[in-house]
Amino acid sequence: MTLAVQFTGVSRVFGEVKAVDRVSIDIQDGEFFSMLGPSGSGKTTCLRLIAGFEQPSAGSIRIHGQEAVGLAPYQRDVNTVFQDYALFPHMNVLDNVAYGLKVKGVGKSERHARAEEALALVALGGYGARKPAQLSGGQRQRVALARALVNRPRVLLLDEPLGALDLKLREQMQGELKKLQRQLGITFIFVTHDQTEALSMSDRVAVFNKGRIEQVDTPRNLYMKPATTFVAEFVGTSNVLRGELAEQLTGNALPFSIRPEHIRLVESRLLDSPGQAASGEVQVSGLLHDIQYQGAATRYEVQLANGQSLSISQANDQWQASTPAYQPGQQVTARWARAAMIALQDVAAGGGQ
Amino acid sequence: MELSLKTQAPPPGHGPLHRLSNLLYRKPNLYLALLLVPPLLWFGAIYFGSLLTLLWQGLYTFDDFSMTVTPQLTLANLVALFHPANYDIILRTLGMAVAVSLASAVLAFPIAYYMARYTTGKTKAFFYIAVMLPMWASYIVKAYAWTLLLAKGGVAQWFVEQFGLAPALQLILDIPGVGGSTLSTSHLGRFLVFVYIWLPFMILPIQAALERLPPSLLQASADLGARPWQTFVQVILPLSVPGIAAGSIFTFSLTLGDFIVPQLVGPPGFFIGSMVYVQQGAIGNMPMAAAFTLVPIVLIAIYLAIVKRLGAFDAL
Repeated sequence: MTLAVQFTGVSRVFGEVKAVDRVSIDIQDGEFFSMLGPSGSGKTTCLRLIAGFEQPSAGSIRIHGQEAVGLAPYQRDVNTVFQDYALFPHMNVLDNVAYGLKVKGVGKSERHARAEEALALVALGGYGARKPAQLSGGQRQRVALARALVNRPRVLLLDEPLGALDLKLREQMQGELKKLQRQLGITFIFVTHDQTEALSMSDRVAVFNKGRIEQVDTPRNLYMKPATTFVAEFVGTSNVLRGELAEQLTGNALPFSIRPEHIRLVESRLLDSPGQAASGEVQVSGLLHDIQYQGAATRYEVQLANGQSLSISQANDQWQASTPAYQPGQQVTARWARAAMIALQDVAAGGGQ
Repeated sequence: MELSLKTQAPPPGHGPLHRLSNLLYRKPNLYLALLLVPPLLWFGAIYFGSLLTLLWQGLYTFDDFSMTVTPQLTLANLVALFHPANYDIILRTLGMAVAVSLASAVLAFPIAYYMARYTTGKTKAFFYIAVMLPMWASYIVKAYAWTLLLAKGGVAQWFVEQFGLAPALQLILDIPGVGGSTLSTSHLGRFLVFVYIWLPFMILPIQAALERLPPSLLQASADLGARPWQTFVQVILPLSVPGIAAGSIFTFSLTLGDFIVPQLVGPPGFFIGSMVYVQQGAIGNMPMAAAFTLVPIVLIAIYLAIVKRLGAFDAL
């Protein structure tokens, strides 16, 4: 399988700040690849390095096998959907979409036909004569997508394209983007700070932190087997237990992660054999000090004896349940399977990978 | 411990000031009216009213024999604008205004572009001051200074001779409609002074328009395959047209109305401004002066209509 984009030891330094620090990634052809991380983690800089808006301070970037370092944006076979859409305000929708063809010298009738085709692809057929200012946020988003796709790039870069949309529209667009990617079969590189978005859409996700990559993996592995404390805490919610407690529970000083939904909550006074967990399970007890009702689940915050706080999520899957089972201030016991605990590294192990 | 969250009740609306601000808050239209009435009175009654009165006087009759004005309505003054002598004045002024606006736009664009896209902080402040500094000096002083600079044996001529370009200058000065006997009595000299004096009025609006241009638009253009000159022609230039239009409205109308530079620099021959000055000052023909005043207003209205037709305001 060919590589769509390959980073080898890429760094980008702005003055004193290392925005991207020795990053190496292999992005497969036809993959839906997400770059996930908090703001300032280097994910957008990586995208801009692929687009050609930035040049790396060190390292090599190959796009479909061709060295891209030193190439201007207009010399690269990639197109970008911008965070602010960047539609040309003085052109109507059709001219915006046809722009990429126009600057390549494609004749008027052909470029208009292909622009109409691209607009139909994003369900905006018939909107060609409007100005961008006359469209809603969601429609502008689609125009930006059509404009980037009209050149038939082999790699499409998306820079937090759904950030400005409201929740419902965002969920709808997530589905459509995924469908579009399958239909066109081109590589999508998607930058986001929203972990649910990254998990639900991607084939693989790279988690960025402070200019470095913490982990690259499938969404399921990222969630179930986080490699570092950062990944465990950034992707979903996690209880990262460390120090003496970790050693006592696992016999190992390494911090470990346990997901809130993998813990069961038991009222201490109802235990048949207090202090004694079943084989293959561990248990801790503490004081229940907060309950957050979240609809599908309820979240319990338990203060352990050593002062550490434990987050527990219990599905509200009993439709009959009427009264809350627990009250704040109650003494409770939490249990989980020993195998559900994932040992973590505090920092990403060597290199960028 | 119980935390007391009881807050002090807001003081009730005592005093006339309190009651007034409450009233204005409840009735935003009243507030708006209070804000707008003084400027509207000024603009409407004093400015617009006197302008209309002036134009109305263009319809009065001037008796050449007794040199008096009678409020007898006639179109004779307006018709007189098309007499060859007057028509020449209008064409000469219009030609100069168009030439000055074009040259200012061409000269101002690179400066404005550099200011908007490449300078920040102190460098930008320096450029602002550098552009506006000439406006701090009196306009008359600058115009007189230019007469000296351009005069025979002046600095400009000295430079031309140092570079051995005297024959080239003579060649240019020999072109009819452009030249004249010396730089300071040529159309070219007058044009140079106009461009110098009005250039800041062109730089600042273009700079403001370019400043509003989001960098992502230029990146999007490059991303879609446009080479730098294509981005310039397709994106930067169209989006800076409102700025160029605003600047050219200044340079165009200021040149149309000027009556000092044409007197100090350039060949003999009236401009609209100097004609108005002479008609109402020396001759006392107020109606003819008023009729001439109508010319720049009409020309600017036509100019705005053309600019709007070309889509200059579409991106606003």
